[in-house]
Amino acid sequence: MSVRVTLELPSVLADVAGGRRSLAVELHGTDPTVGDLLDLVAGVHPHLERRLRTESGQLRRHVNVYADGADVRGAGGTATVLGQDAVVMILPSVAGG
Amino acid sequence: MAQVMLAVGTKKGLFLGWSNDRDDWEWEGPHHAMAAVAAVAIDTRRSPERLLVGGRNEHWGPAVFTSDDRGASWSEDPGGSIAFPAGAGADVEQIWQLMPGPVSRPDEVWAGVEPSALFRSDDGGRTFALNQALWDHPHRPDWHPGAGGQCLHTVLPHPDDASRVMVAMSTGGVYVTEDAGESWSPSNKGVLAPFFPDPEPEYGQCVHKVVRDTEDPDLLMLQNHGGVFRSVDGGATWQSAEEGLPANFGFGITRTPGPEGAFFLFPLSADMSRFPVEGRAGVYRSVDGGRAWSDSSAGLPESGFHTIVLRDALTTDAADPAGVYLGTRSGEVWGSRDDGASWHQLVSHLPDVLCVRAAVLP
Repeated sequence: MSVRVTLELPSVLADVAGGRRSLAVELHGTDPTVGDLLDLVAGVHPHLERRLRTESGQLRRHVNVYADGADVRGAGGTATVLGQDAVVMILPSVAGG
Repeated sequence: MAQVMLAVGTKKGLFLGWSNDRDDWEWEGPHHAMAAVAAVAIDTRRSPERLLVGGRNEHWGPAVFTSDDRGASWSEDPGGSIAFPAGAGADVEQIWQLMPGPVSRPDEVWAGVEPSALFRSDDGGRTFALNQALWDHPHRPDWHPGAGGQCLHTVLPHPDDASRVMVAMSTGGVYVTEDAGESWSPSNKGVLAPFFPDPEPEYGQCVHKVVRDTEDPDLLMLQNHGGVFRSVDGGATWQSAEEGLPANFGFGITRTPGPEGAFFLFPLSADMSRFPVEGRAGVYRSVDGGRAWSDSSAGLPESGFHTIVLRDALTTDAADPAGVYLGTRSGEVWGSRDDGASWHQLVSHLPDVLCVRAAVLP
């Protein structure tokens, strides 16, 4: 079983994702999650992984992840399950000065 | 004279300055825009020289970037340049120090990070490995963050003895190894910690910066959170070294190289009044190993100067006569091309300056 999802990135991360802002990814297995998506992308784009998660695997504090429009922090976090044709959007939070 | 390069790390990126006479400067940047660059090094042991930058983007985290073409392009190891190993239970928050090793060990580069930990690179700063012994030190639970974070900000490899390294952290104090990092001992005898009931603890001091003499590796100068101290025995003991200073608080300290060189400080009024004394940009210089200090501020603002110089924003070059440089939290860089005798402003209106490094290029 597999589902096809799309990972959308802000423009400032395109240079660590092969110059692309949108990645089409096929996830295999039962009930694939946001974490599975990030794990798979990490193997292809290691610099992108470093920007999104810490070395201990935590989403960086000011990185927001939306699965089909819902902030995953308010749901299951990176354990949020993704369905067929899900769109996962990465957005930087409002931070800094 | 040869070209001098200034690398200025700011709260929002790296700026590079170039000059053939240390009078007229050309500036470019920002590199790594929006990343707070608290650590930068110009590694002149290799040709071409390597620029190393420790940046932390508020959103995207910390990383070490290197450039072998004077900033035209930057590299970052795909596996992550610097990170705690699995099981350490920590993430690198910020890189506070990048320190090339001695000339005799051209691939050795050290990094100090937050939370307080020491990393070593044996490939010129592309990848780093944690010093496990310091990380596992039984004192570590007692190291607490100062206002800037719990950081290891000073790494001083011994120039002649690869087994000896000194580090300093806020808080925690000075630690040394004499067995190439296999074990670490506190080395704070005489350094005060006025914020503790016992003001002379074995460890726990809030040391702001330590610099080693370029001629005598056992002579060290230490800017403490309250107090300036010198050691003549490689850090085994420390003595107060404040004669001639208007105040004993501050962050930055440096040493111009060579037998005629001097130590430089930028004192601030006090812990609870972190401003230059009486609003004056005062640099103090010692030519006798810290026994006495004298004012060395000609050309710097005499009044209305209410910004500060952070711990790595006071530095030197290796030209003759030596250059001295300071960066301020208000985005100015000032320079002296005569070993501190006179100063002039090199650039202004940068973001907050966090660190400055200078090098004479071939």
